Amino acid sequence: MPLVLPPSVLGFYLLLAFSPRHGLGKWLQDAFDVQFVFSFQGLVLASFIYSMPFMVGPIKSALQQLPVSLSQASYILGKTKWQTFKSVLVPNIKPSILTAIVLTFAHTLGEFGVVLMIGGNIPGVTRVASIAVYDSVERMDYPAANTYSLILFSITFLMVISVFVFNKYQAKSPLE
Amino acid sequence: MISIAIEKKLKVYQGRQVLKIERQFPAGSITKIYGPSGSGKTTFLKIITGFITPEKGKILVDDSTWLDTDLNINIPPQKRMPGFVFQDYALFPNMTIREHLEYATTDKDWIVRLLLLGKLDTLIDHKPIHLSGGQQQRLAILRALAIKPKLLLMDEPFSALDPEMKTELIEELTIVFKEIGATVLIVSHNPQELEGLVDGELLIV
Repeated sequence: MPLVLPPSVLGFYLLLAFSPRHGLGKWLQDAFDVQFVFSFQGLVLASFIYSMPFMVGPIKSALQQLPVSLSQASYILGKTKWQTFKSVLVPNIKPSILTAIVLTFAHTLGEFGVVLMIGGNIPGVTRVASIAVYDSVERMDYPAANTYSLILFSITFLMVISVFVFNKYQAKSPLE
Repeated sequence: MISIAIEKKLKVYQGRQVLKIERQFPAGSITKIYGPSGSGKTTFLKIITGFITPEKGKILVDDSTWLDTDLNINIPPQKRMPGFVFQDYALFPNMTIREHLEYATTDKDWIVRLLLLGKLDTLIDHKPIHLSGGQQQRLAILRALAIKPKLLLMDEPFSALDPEMKTELIEELTIVFKEIGATVLIVSHNPQELEGLVDGELLIV
């Protein structure tokens, strides 16, 4: 669902779910003294829920593309499912894992709707760069908006380039 | 002694057919399995490994029951542990030749012996992508032998080897099979390939 829900809708439901006034949020507050609404922890949790499918999808697809005989060859040597996963499957989808991590991180970095809903844009606590860009534009402070945007652009650009460079050495093109 | 009686429905191009095999293989024997493409040779081997479960069947290996559909016994492949040479080799792309064998066994002397047997001792730090087809196939055979299996299943194990290497390797393998006391089932398309090596044949149609 997080993959297809509008971020603001997901953020709204998370806001309701973690509200310390009732239900799960109240229980978390009473039992563990943890509050996820308008806090940095809440921001991290919401981003995790929102971005997880972007991570799981590519990794699942990479695992499905591995020949089934690879895990069979490991089982026949007496290895458990966990040993096979750790020693055979994961090492053979390293490029996909890296791509998933970087792209998910880049995606989370620019998240707006979910973090605004559950974080509330509190300076020094839950204000993130993408919201800061929006704030600056609202205040007509274009130089600040440009600075934030440039920083975000540079970080994501570097990440994407690193992934391409790393994967180029890891996997050969089928057309080569 | 290995005793196998299985019945498995197969989906084939013409519709459906039943793979029905009832056979005993004396301990230490080498049997050639042959038959037309799609007849179920690989399926038969995979049923023995436990990767495929037949509708009806019983597999007894020495004193242990690997499969008995009537009694609901189905030992997983990890516990059956026959040696298996896959038709597509199924080598691990992330591992070197040495790592393949070390993943299978901790017996260093046996690893050295296998490397010499497969003439791969000078390539131990090479990964499969840097090996020729013949070298990959030899590595697949060595990996299967690394666990010193009592039952060795080989699916077209010599198809990528040149005739000279094939003859030499088969001679050496025969000695190793006897040494570890393995019962061997070899799927082969080539009628002449295993002449003089096998004790029996099994035709699957």
